[in-house]
Amino acid sequence: MVNVMRNPLDFSQFPDEHGHFGRYGGRFVAETLMDALHELDAAWQSCRSDPEFLAELDLDLARYVGRPTPLYHAERWSRKLGGAQIYLKREDLNHTGAHKINNTVGQALVAKRMGKTRLIAETGAGQHGVASATVAARLGMECVVYMGAEDIQRQALNVYRMRLLGATVRPVMSGSRTLKDALNEALRDWVANVDNTFYMIGTVAGPHPYPVMVREFQAVIGREAREQMLADYDGLPDALVACVGGGSNAIGLFHPFLDDATVALYGVEAAGLGIETGCHAATLCAGRPGVLHGNRTYLLSDANGQITETHSVSAGLDYPGVGPEHAWLKDIGRANYVAVTDAQAIQGFHDLTLTEGIIPALESSHALAYVTQLAPTLRRDQSIVVNLSGRGDKDIYTVAALEGIQL
Amino acid sequence: MNRIGRRFEELRRTGRKALIPYITAGDPRPELTVPMLHTLVQSGADLIELGVPFSDPMADGPVIQKACERALRHGMSLRRVLDLVREFRQTDHETPLVLMGYLNPIESFGYEAFVTGASEAGVDGVLTVDLPPEEAAELAELLIAAGIDPIFLLAPTSSAERIRQTAPLARGYLYYVSLKGVTGSAIINVAEVAEKLAKIRTLTRLPLGVGFGIKDPSTAAAIAQVADAVIVGSALVSKMAELADDPEAMRREVGGMIAAMHQAMVKGL
Repeated sequence: MVNVMRNPLDFSQFPDEHGHFGRYGGRFVAETLMDALHELDAAWQSCRSDPEFLAELDLDLARYVGRPTPLYHAERWSRKLGGAQIYLKREDLNHTGAHKINNTVGQALVAKRMGKTRLIAETGAGQHGVASATVAARLGMECVVYMGAEDIQRQALNVYRMRLLGATVRPVMSGSRTLKDALNEALRDWVANVDNTFYMIGTVAGPHPYPVMVREFQAVIGREAREQMLADYDGLPDALVACVGGGSNAIGLFHPFLDDATVALYGVEAAGLGIETGCHAATLCAGRPGVLHGNRTYLLSDANGQITETHSVSAGLDYPGVGPEHAWLKDIGRANYVAVTDAQAIQGFHDLTLTEGIIPALESSHALAYVTQLAPTLRRDQSIVVNLSGRGDKDIYTVAALEGIQL
Repeated sequence: MNRIGRRFEELRRTGRKALIPYITAGDPRPELTVPMLHTLVQSGADLIELGVPFSDPMADGPVIQKACERALRHGMSLRRVLDLVREFRQTDHETPLVLMGYLNPIESFGYEAFVTGASEAGVDGVLTVDLPPEEAAELAELLIAAGIDPIFLLAPTSSAERIRQTAPLARGYLYYVSLKGVTGSAIINVAEVAEKLAKIRTLTRLPLGVGFGIKDPSTAAAIAQVADAVIVGSALVSKMAELADDPEAMRREVGGMIAAMHQAMVKGL
């Protein structure tokens, strides 16, 4: 079952200096943004190799975010599925309840070094918005979060959290009024206010250097998981599973394992109501290459190249693009991308909650749903690490509503 | 030399500056686009930028975004934009036409098929907003081989190095974005523009057009003093949106705006 590629590639050489992962990535933006991206790239390059910066980041991750997060052996769930041993990387235990804060803590330190005083961000489910508002509050910076008007409706709790944290949440009324439109609007803000403003992209997409910068901040997930498997359990896992919207939690888990050719990688997309219905967000499974939001990657678009609206029960996966590194990992066969439906994800949500006493985010529930398919195909002495990228408190209302329960 | 080159040559000889209106193809309705193009020419347009609607126009302000949404609701597509160009060319063989839009519809169409289609339809230039020079070589070379000018943007923040990097691929004219922001933003600062254009002229001999933030005849005239071309978009598009239900008034008013700018530029007001 586990498809392993013998890879001759040196993954540390990607992306190239222009941000290309093979034919994907790059920097497809208007000239008005180029200078800002060069400035950011220069700042980020100097930070990533500066021991003082890295020490400050490590300290923040330990004392503010609460890292390292545990790698938990879900014994009861593993027994129930009757196959591989399942280990949960508990990103839900991070401050603010998801992996998003790994990235915002890092980008905020870059912003501080650049002397920026205003942070802007886009958000879908609101987790990245909350993580952005959180670091802005801590650093005393102004924070503006762009959020699709649709998403504001379905994520009222996170909207209120952002406001409590002192952020301004700006509803985006254009296009499909979801994450992709919030990203457009944040880019427009950045172009106009680049002198004092730092744009924190929440996923491994956007123009170079965002995909590599966000990856590096999220790779702490995979580094820890790899060390924990080697130190506390049975050595390298046989498979990694993570949900993929833009793909930041997945790349964060996958990247430190890319050179471990025996470790199979599974990215799980949102099949929504089913790929055949057209109501989904399974970009890698059902899309084709194109250019959006500053990078070349797989996209969901119509025959004329117009970006199409997506559907997923989880707002955090509801995005018609995907990080360019995932596009590349798919094409070269290093990672496998699959999709599960809303209904399967909801089942995964209940399974973990009832079996292990952990309420997962609906995004992460997609990864869990795939684990229920994958684990029984593996032997009991094999292992799967699944990224539990966020906690499910924010989704309680959505799940209740789907089941006809009024809270 | 294509229509764009001939037009700038002609203007140089007569000591005039180009007035370049922008409208979004298919906005407010596809059947109004070609008549509007003719109105613009009759009112004094020297060259026209025709917007190709895109679902995610990230460098555009709300006016052009809404224009794109209206056009897309009416089924506009890159293929249909080329049909409109072909229709315009049945009676106008002289006015240069530049398509302005985003890369994804072109990628989706296929570079070679697009360049062939654009050339046959009578397109003279292509400005792809989100295709900077470092990613543009493949498309630019195909366009140039077909006699179509790749038009590039320059910004207040473009360094001398970037301008030098852009020059070898650029043809026709360079589009200088006069302010930090998206289309339709605040009024521009003419003195700042003049200073920057002087610097750019030391690095390229291409004509320089200026756009973003030009809303009225006096600004158009002031910019014409320092630039080779004045580009006006959002002001026209927002007037078109206002009068979408009365096509006759729309053509009259938008034609009037262009005529007034043309007059002001000629008189040097």
